Amino acid sequence: MINLPSSAWGCNLGSCEEFPAPGTEIFFFEDVWTVSVFGQEFGFNKPMILLFLGAFVVIGFFLYAFRKPQIVPRGAQSVGELGYTFIRDGIARDVIGKGGEKFVPFLFSFFFFIWVLNFMGIVPGILFPVTSVFAIPVAFALIVYFTWVPLGIIKQGPVGFFTNIMFPPGLPKPLYLILAPIELISNILVRPFTHCVRLFANMFAGHLLLTTFSIAAWFLFSASIGGLIGSAVSFAVVVALTGFELLIQALQAYIFTLLTAVYISSALHAEH
Amino acid sequence: MTLLAELSGSIGSVGYGLAAIGPGVGIGIIFGQGVQAIARQPEAYGVIRQNMLLGFALAEALALIGFVVPFVYGV
Repeated sequence: MINLPSSAWGCNLGSCEEFPAPGTEIFFFEDVWTVSVFGQEFGFNKPMILLFLGAFVVIGFFLYAFRKPQIVPRGAQSVGELGYTFIRDGIARDVIGKGGEKFVPFLFSFFFFIWVLNFMGIVPGILFPVTSVFAIPVAFALIVYFTWVPLGIIKQGPVGFFTNIMFPPGLPKPLYLILAPIELISNILVRPFTHCVRLFANMFAGHLLLTTFSIAAWFLFSASIGGLIGSAVSFAVVVALTGFELLIQALQAYIFTLLTAVYISSALHAEH
Repeated sequence: MTLLAELSGSIGSVGYGLAAIGPGVGIGIIFGQGVQAIARQPEAYGVIRQNMLLGFALAEALALIGFVVPFVYGV
């Protein structure tokens, strides 16, 4: 189930001239099984199965943690409450402010779901961050986009929403000639794009780096001083990068949620 | 069309290198100023860290787009 360039396994003990560098092919998976619904074929591959697994893990953990809530939390409940207060106080109340409480479940689900999906990149036996498949962050970003744009149109009115975006107050009048189109494009078109690309590219780059150094450790390994040192250094880099990825995964899930909160807040309260 | 110069090989990685200059400077400034702000006012740590990460994410997006685009548009 771990996807590697087909040549990579055989490249060891100096059997290959050239380093079998991994490319984008490590992100494409064969279908494990296919289902036919009304003549339409649906394939299930590894990222898709992991997506369902991630959903089950998040739902399962929080159902378990809050199955019998007590006033003095113990065990799983205190972990669950820690996560909840982190999202509510650190993101919803601080960023959105008034009216932020309503969005806690939305932000909470996003944060933990994305974190679990990212975390699968370093779980032994899985070793694939699901969010490095571009379609998945795109779907997340679209959910956020179709939440905050209608919300802004409802709260500020169709005209008010766009004028608030295009004309931030407190600037000299001629500047609006340049600023208004830039603000419109950057808020309506570029925002959802960077929102998903940020998460995708971080996970994509991280997975590619880990794969490159893992293959290097295997490729360089041979019964010579240079080979042993090269292999050991590559392996040490893999271990260090795994620790680094642990940080990046949590950070990217946090940033995605934080930006979601910022967008929702910009829809709820226009800048004055 | 006259050809002035020709370049072959992994041009995408050169492009990524160029794309990383600006965000590199930007992220350095963001974290440098952020640490300075925390040192001046440690009690505002939460707010400063949050805004620091927000600025970091916005600056970083440019470098990441530079990283992804060569994969999208081929060799």
